[in-house]
Order: sequence, then C-alpha cells, then structure tokens
Amino acid sequence: MTTTDDLPVFLDALLARHGNNPAELLQMLCETQHRRGWIAPQALTYLAQRLDIPRARIEGVASFYSFLHLQPHGEYRVLFSDNITDRMLGSQVLMEKMCQQLWLQPGKVSEDGLVSINTTSCTGMCDQGPAMLVNGRAITRLTHQRVQEIGSLIRNRTPLEDWPADFFHVDDNIRRSGLILDNTVAPGDVLRAALALGGKDVVEAVKDSGLRGRGGAGFPTGLKWEACRNAQGTAKHVVCNADEGEPGTFKDRVLLTRHADLVFEGMTLCALAVGAQRGFLYLRGEYRYLLEPLQAILQRRRDNNMLGKNILGQTGFDFDIAIHMGAGAYICGEESALIESLEGKRGVPRNRPPFPVTHGYLQQPTALDNVETFCSAALAVQMGAEKFRAIGTPKSTGSKLISVSGDCPRPGIYEYPFGVSVREILQDCGAIDACAVQVSGPSGICVAQSEFDRKLGFEDLPTAGAFMVFDDSRDLFEVARNFVHFFAHESCGFCTPCRVGTSMLKQTMDKIAAGHGTRHDLNEIENLDKVLQTSSHCGLGRTSCNPVLHTLKHFRPAYENRLKSLDFEPAFDLDGALARARQMTGRDDVGAHLKPEDV
Amino acid sequence: MSDTFQLDGASVPFEPGQTVMQAALAAGHYIPHLCYHPEFKPHGSCKLCTVKIGGRTAASCTMPAEAGLNIESDIEELNALRRTLVQMLFAEGNHFCPSCEKSGNCMLQALGYDLEVHTAGFRHMYPDRPLDASHPDILLDFNRCILCELCVRASGEVDGKNVFALSGRGITKHLVVNAESGLLKDTNIALADKAMHVCPVGVILPKRVGFSVPIGKRKYDQRPISAQALDDAPRQGDAGGSCASCEGTS
Repeated sequence: MTTTDDLPVFLDALLARHGNNPAELLQMLCETQHRRGWIAPQALTYLAQRLDIPRARIEGVASFYSFLHLQPHGEYRVLFSDNITDRMLGSQVLMEKMCQQLWLQPGKVSEDGLVSINTTSCTGMCDQGPAMLVNGRAITRLTHQRVQEIGSLIRNRTPLEDWPADFFHVDDNIRRSGLILDNTVAPGDVLRAALALGGKDVVEAVKDSGLRGRGGAGFPTGLKWEACRNAQGTAKHVVCNADEGEPGTFKDRVLLTRHADLVFEGMTLCALAVGAQRGFLYLRGEYRYLLEPLQAILQRRRDNNMLGKNILGQTGFDFDIAIHMGAGAYICGEESALIESLEGKRGVPRNRPPFPVTHGYLQQPTALDNVETFCSAALAVQMGAEKFRAIGTPKSTGSKLISVSGDCPRPGIYEYPFGVSVREILQDCGAIDACAVQVSGPSGICVAQSEFDRKLGFEDLPTAGAFMVFDDSRDLFEVARNFVHFFAHESCGFCTPCRVGTSMLKQTMDKIAAGHGTRHDLNEIENLDKVLQTSSHCGLGRTSCNPVLHTLKHFRPAYENRLKSLDFEPAFDLDGALARARQMTGRDDVGAHLKPEDV
Repeated sequence: MSDTFQLDGASVPFEPGQTVMQAALAAGHYIPHLCYHPEFKPHGSCKLCTVKIGGRTAASCTMPAEAGLNIESDIEELNALRRTLVQMLFAEGNHFCPSCEKSGNCMLQALGYDLEVHTAGFRHMYPDRPLDASHPDILLDFNRCILCELCVRASGEVDGKNVFALSGRGITKHLVVNAESGLLKDTNIALADKAMHVCPVGVILPKRVGFSVPIGKRKYDQRPISAQALDDAPRQGDAGGSCASCEGTS
C-alpha cells in the first residue's frame, strides 16, 4: 500500500521547506506521517543522514507521539475519544459496533490494511461527543447511524474530503459570554495602545492588572513577562500553549476559532513587552483542522503590518509567528516539555531551574503562556489595569472561560468573572441531580455535592477551565479509573515513580474493577500516592493519584462495594487458573477445586 | 573557603556549579543512586537520590548546591521511598538474579540488599523484551534495562557514536540501537567503548566471558554498595558533559 520510490523527492522538498533545521524535526515527522498514514523506516534513515541526527534519536522522537506510526496503521485510522464524558455518551458501545461492522479488533490493523480502530485521549469535543478522529480529522456527535455511515465510507474507500461536511462540523456552543467572548477589539487596536505605552509600561500594566496564567498554575503573567524582558539573551521567544490536552477542556479551541486575532494580538503584545522577534503557537494535533484558518489569519496580519518588520510603523519592532503541530502527547502541555517538543525532541519535562523565562526555546529567554492568558493580557492592556482588576476577586482578577461537559442539558463554554460558585455554574448549565464535578480535569479536584458553594479562583478552586458534571447515576469509581488509565497512557516515562507508578495504579484499579480488590489495595493506592507525590519529576506524576484519592474521600462506598472483605486477594482467580488442568484431566469433582463452593 | 550546606547534620563544602550529589560524594557522603554517574551530566530520572530540603523533596543529583541548605537523606521516610522505587524497577523488568551474569556486580541488586528490600512489593509486569544477540561480541538483554540512560550518555558524550537511544513513551519506553534494522550488529559499537562499561545492571554484556569471577566473590558480594560507592566518586567536579540524546539534560 505504500510506495517509497518517490520518498527521497518528498523528503528533500520537506527538508528544504524547513530549512534543514533539526529543531523542525517533529514538524517534518508530522508531515511525513500525513503523507501515507505512517512513517517508513527508510524515511527515518534519510532524515537522520540529512539532518545529521542519530537515527535512533529520530526513532525516539517519532515513537514518543501517539499520532505518529512507525508501522502501517491502515489507510483509515479511526480513534475514538476516550474521555469519561465520551464514555458517558456511549462511545464504548459505538466503538464495539464499529469494530463488529468492520470485522476488527481494537488496536489491530485490518488484514487488507484498510482500517484500524483504537481509542485516544480526550479530543476536546466533550460538549458535542462522542467524538472521534479519522486520519487526524475531528468528527463530532457520533450516533449509531453516523458510525455505521462512517464504516460504509471506509469500506468503499471514499476519500475523507468527500465525506459529508456535517460530520466535521464543530460547534462553538457559547452559552455565557463576558469580557473575553464579548470583546469587540479590532485587530491592531491593542497593539496601537501598547506602542503608545512602550514595552516597559506594557509589563507594568499587565502586572497591575493582577492577571495570572490561565493554564492552571496561575503564575502572575506580568512577573513572567518582566523576568523574560530582563533576562539576558540574543533571541527571545514568545510561545503560546495551545496544546489543550487536559481532558474536559475545550475553551482554547473556541478561542482559536472565534478570537484568533485576539490571541495573536496578545502574543505580539508580549513580544513588544519582552523584546522577542519570534513566536510559536503550539497547536495540539487534535485541532489540526484549525491550522489552515489560523495560517490565513496570520497571513492577513502580515499583510496588514501587524506581523513582520516594523510592525504598525514602529521601527525595529519585528515579530512573526509560526504554528507548530503537536502529535498526541498530553505531557507537552507542561511548559518545559512543550519547549522540548518545539525543538523537535521527545516531550520530556526539563529539570528546573533554570526556567523558560531565562532558558527556554533553544536555551533563549522565552515567555510561554496559555491561549486564554494572551487574550486576557491583550484586553487588560486595552481596557486598563484598574478596570480589569475590578472584575473577579482580589487574587483572581478578570474572567475565566469554563468548559462545561457531562451530565447537563447545556454543555459548552461559559465565561464568568472569577469567584463564581460551582452551584451557580450547575444552575446555568441546567444540571439537576449533580453529585460531583471534576474541576480542572483529572489533575484537578473532584468536588462533591457538599462543596458546591466553593468558588472558582486561585483562592479556593484553581482551574484551567474543565468542568465535568456527574449526576447521581454515575459510578465515580469508573470515573477515577478512566482518569488513572489516562495518566498511565500519557506518562512520558522519564522518571521511575511516574513511569511505573501510574501503571501500578492502573493495575490496582483494574483489579478492584474485576472484583478482586481488598482493603490492602486501597492502602497500596495511598502508598503509591506518597511515592508519586514526593519523587515524581513533574506535575503529571504528582497529581496522578488525585482522582482516586478525591473520589475515595467522597465516594468511598463506590470502592468498598467492589472489595472482597479479605485483607489480601491475588489479582487472578486461583480456582479459575486450574480450569485448564481440570479440562485436561477430565475432572470436575470437589477434589479438583480449591474450595467445595467453587465446584 | 567554599560555601557549605548541611547533609544529615554534617557540614558539606561545595564548589559553585556542583549539585548536591556531586558535593556530597566528593566530601565522602553517600546518597543512594542509580542513574547518576560521576562522569556524565546528571539528569535525575531514577529518583533514588531524592532528598528532603525543608518541606520539599528533590533529586539531589540535579539539584544545585546552595549555601545554608538543610538537607535530609538518610531518614526512614526517604529510605522507604527508595525501597519502593527499587521494587518498582524490579517489577517493571524481568530480573532473575540467580541466573544473571551481572549478579554481585549489579547496582540494582546491591541497592536492593542495602536498602533491605525483602519483598517484591508489586505484581511483576513480565514485559516481553526479546534479546539482541546479533552482534558477534556483544549481547543485549533488554529484560534487565532500568532506563537509566547511562549507555545513551556514554555512547553520545564519550564514544561520540550515539549507538543507543530511548524510544516509546511511558511504561513502553525502551532502549533502541542506532540502525534501521534495529540490530546491534548494524551499529558501530565496539568492545572498548565506554558504553560497554557503564550499565549498572546486566543489559550490555560481552559475549564468551560469562562468570569469569564466581558468584560470591564479586564486587557487591564483598561489601555493600553504600560502602563502595565513594570509591568511584570523583574528588573534583569533573562531570558536566552534555548529550543531546538524553532526556531532561537540556
């Protein structure tokens, strides 16, 4: 199915397009993957020779990212989004049906090399799930009928371009808007105001506004920009983190769809503030369909002198933005892993210090912020720090986009001033009978009914924006198990505790799910948590036990109902393991069983 | 006079640029470790050397030494952590000490004894990791790999060959060699390479020299690893190479 004869021609053009720059390796691998649906071994060897990078290292990079394949993976590669919200909307049955229709096992390529079906981490379509990716293209609102149609299209080898456009339609689902979503700032407005102020005063204005990072960690944006501005370096960079991978979050998708100009305006503002000439938007692979529209907006901004040389007539203010694609690795949302990935490497978090503001992209000072942070910074400068500060709470100024999904009739994007309570959001989205809300995704906090008056903000419930609602019909154990599987799948594998610990945790949760769990296993989870908390390399490992610990705290019966009352129980069925021997010897009497009741 | 920090109540001097581990070893204080090697730039992946500084924890091999730090290392809480990490490494791979050529010379085994790891602790994962016996002089037994990247660093930093690299992600992360065939015979590795001599476990082995020193008379059969690690420690900070093949080193 793959011809490799013209491969060198393709790769030469690819290398030329990327200036033979090793830092562009991941981008080259993505494009090679896109060409045939996989990356042939000869391609790695060829790239290694031309870029003068060891082949094994290129193989290491390619194998790190879920969307890159080093073996043929089918002409059609179907990936069902496997977030808990997709599951709650029936994704597992749909996938099973599709596998039956196409005579496939999950994860295996069909004998004729036509198709493979598997799961993938949350694709950011939780408000219109169940969702899937076909050859990287997002398809939303799956139903039995739609899945069947997709199966037929695949069987008939219909090219993806000829599939019904409706399949690929993505709704914005804006339910409540405010400062950001209602903004009417025209492209260039903020920059003109900023140029009047000057870079130093832009930093002061952002500091004054009290703006804190919207990616979840909440570091004061103005301080970050100031540190980057003051850092020594010859080529500073601005990076926008659009690797929105936290399951349950999709607000950056909507910002990039509706307000991309504001995002780029914020990045250019930051470039002025810190003195950067180059910017990157790191776009998660799941949002590949946004690439062309975003490129078009960048081009328009170049045409209007809002990017490029002497921006808006300001001599010496040169800045441009390139878009880099991710390829299916949640860990690249971590800032230093993202920078590694931008440099064309495996997305492994760096040792810190030094921090990206002094040693970021190519070891140069780098200001890296979330999509929403750049929007808020632009608005804060536009409206003035004082007005911005008046919105929200003292320590959490401004407004926040919340991605609401799960058990509610009106999932979508809600913008609130910080300080809104969980209860208020539940009322607005029409959730009745909610028994828990997962705030800020699997690495965040599970909030139970008794805590619904808690408020979103850095004072109480910090959030990157995910808000998954579970009603009282849901099994919170299965919610936690889904999250635990997610962390095990997404661990980069660099450090021992996270690489092994997240898999151990997954095994233990599966053991409990299979009905072999004991109190001992619950204690083991607490021990694992201690190890992961104290010794993990980054936040992924440190927070990977949270879903279990939080649900254990509030919903212990969901676990205890599954336990055998023993202190220890092996993870396998001891009597069941003897079945084969019984069959071979033709025995099934009491003596052939461990206990009489097993007969 | 150089600055000092406190390690388990002892005063440890350090030079600017040294990490806590480098300064501690140079001053004759042992902190358990696996992926740290005095000749290569530390990257901090095994986490055995985790220490406590006030309420925080950090890998001492990558943590810059600072004057006045008050560091705890040899305390039960951290030794319990280290025991668990060793158990995790044993459970992750396929380690059959009695039949392993490296038994007695193996750092993982030695740490297991020294930290008093008496039980398996975890369900073993029994991963499928085929051997690579393709090379006429060298055997690769991936079953024992603990992903410390010392061979990656040695081959990149010292040998300048980049024979090894890591591939995959998470629990499927594994060592690969620099050849399209994926076989060691198609690389330019040689017996004299530094990478041949840094594996702390028994992955990279020269062929036809098995059991030349009988079990019972090997390195860690004589004295525990904690009593010997200092023998290899440099007294002067001669680490600090850099290797673009390695993770977390940039």
